[in-house]
Amino acid sequence: MTLARRIIPCLDVDSGRVVKGVEFEGLRDMGDPAELAARYNREGADELVVLDISASFEGRSTFLGTIQSVAEQLNIPLTAGGGIRTMNEGRAVLRAGADKVTVNTAAVDRPELISELSQQFGAQAVVLSLDVKRKGDSWEAYTRGGRTATGRDAVEWAAEAVSRGAGEILLTSIDRDGTCSGFDCELTAKIASTVPVPVIASGGANTFEDFLAVFTKGQADAGLAASIFHSETHSIRALKKFLVERGVPIRLSR
Amino acid sequence: MKIAIVDYGAGNLPSVERALWKLGAETERATEPAQVTGAKAVVLPGVGHFAAFVAGLRERKLTSPLRSAFEAGVPILGICLGLQAMFASSEEAPGDPGLGFFPEEVRALPTNVKSPHIGWNQVRRMRESKLLRGIPDDAYFYFAHSFAAPASAKATVAACDHGVSFAAVIEQGNLAAVQFHPEKSGETGALVLRNFLELAA
Repeated sequence: MTLARRIIPCLDVDSGRVVKGVEFEGLRDMGDPAELAARYNREGADELVVLDISASFEGRSTFLGTIQSVAEQLNIPLTAGGGIRTMNEGRAVLRAGADKVTVNTAAVDRPELISELSQQFGAQAVVLSLDVKRKGDSWEAYTRGGRTATGRDAVEWAAEAVSRGAGEILLTSIDRDGTCSGFDCELTAKIASTVPVPVIASGGANTFEDFLAVFTKGQADAGLAASIFHSETHSIRALKKFLVERGVPIRLSR
Repeated sequence: MKIAIVDYGAGNLPSVERALWKLGAETERATEPAQVTGAKAVVLPGVGHFAAFVAGLRERKLTSPLRSAFEAGVPILGICLGLQAMFASSEEAPGDPGLGFFPEEVRALPTNVKSPHIGWNQVRRMRESKLLRGIPDDAYFYFAHSFAAPASAKATVAACDHGVSFAAVIEQGNLAAVQFHPEKSGETGALVLRNFLELAA
């Protein structure tokens, strides 16, 4: 009996559509969130993450509707976030049907937000989204979608967020994100061995071997990816079968 | 008659509701005593803090109707924090008594493992279980919690291990409860709910 490692597809949503960021070319439309959610639910995803990356107020205002339509498709857990600034915004995300809410920028600006959400909804409902860039021998936490350096050491900030009540960490390597060069296993192992909560590794996933590496070398509790699943480069079922054959504890749905 | 889903003011009520609808059940959100008293079965879902849960029940005057339903033999299903609330007390809120359907105390998971226990895990059957009927022994269920009832609790029918053995499924007379989230446990979870609906039919 072992806690299974999780495979988590992520939907980056802009104004109600799933998008993929293409450097210098803007955003490419990847489909309807509810349709993709239904597909992943069917294919054996262990959880789904939906992140609002809308730049405009109009785009953001449709996000709660997106969460609701996605939640209706799922019988697996749903994590949602992106730009959550207040307790009330967090509550609205959970009320719309998410099981967990992610916080990032606002939590760096005002760490009490984590404590407030955790006291109200429980640590299991609060996920720290931690965007990280390597800086010499250490790592620095970034906010505002990876645009703003915080000056804070990522490991130290992760530990503080957990002590304030974050129940999970969604760890994204900005260096690896979108590069298809594999997860940053060193970074993931560093955070996973420091904090007493589960760590979801994100950024750089391309091959089945990348997931195997992040679950072994990286000690991740979950691996997250977006475009490789959306584009059907990899099916979740095939990935899970690959990992099971290599001894990783994985849930195979029937 | 409908299945009352106890609405104590927070929690994962819509997803539980949706999972029951998909199985053809008629449900009602119970916020008042009469809705619990008149129900043919009661579901007690919950996430968050033990103290907020029992306070929510108290403020809505739902504690004594729940106790009456228990005594009258109405099938009751506790989910996650709803399972924990059926016990006498919890380390999470030492001053707040639970419903006391079971005498044991809910405890924090140990610190030698990651907590919250979040993710998909398997359960070990200790006795025959009605809720797990038709479900393979190696099936996975979705858990998300930091506290748990001890596996040694008298009503435990299946346990899960995460640093310690804790009660994953509980059955005793008309009472049933699961520490995992059946509404988030895919098709396996739907089977658990279907088994409960059959007990309540």
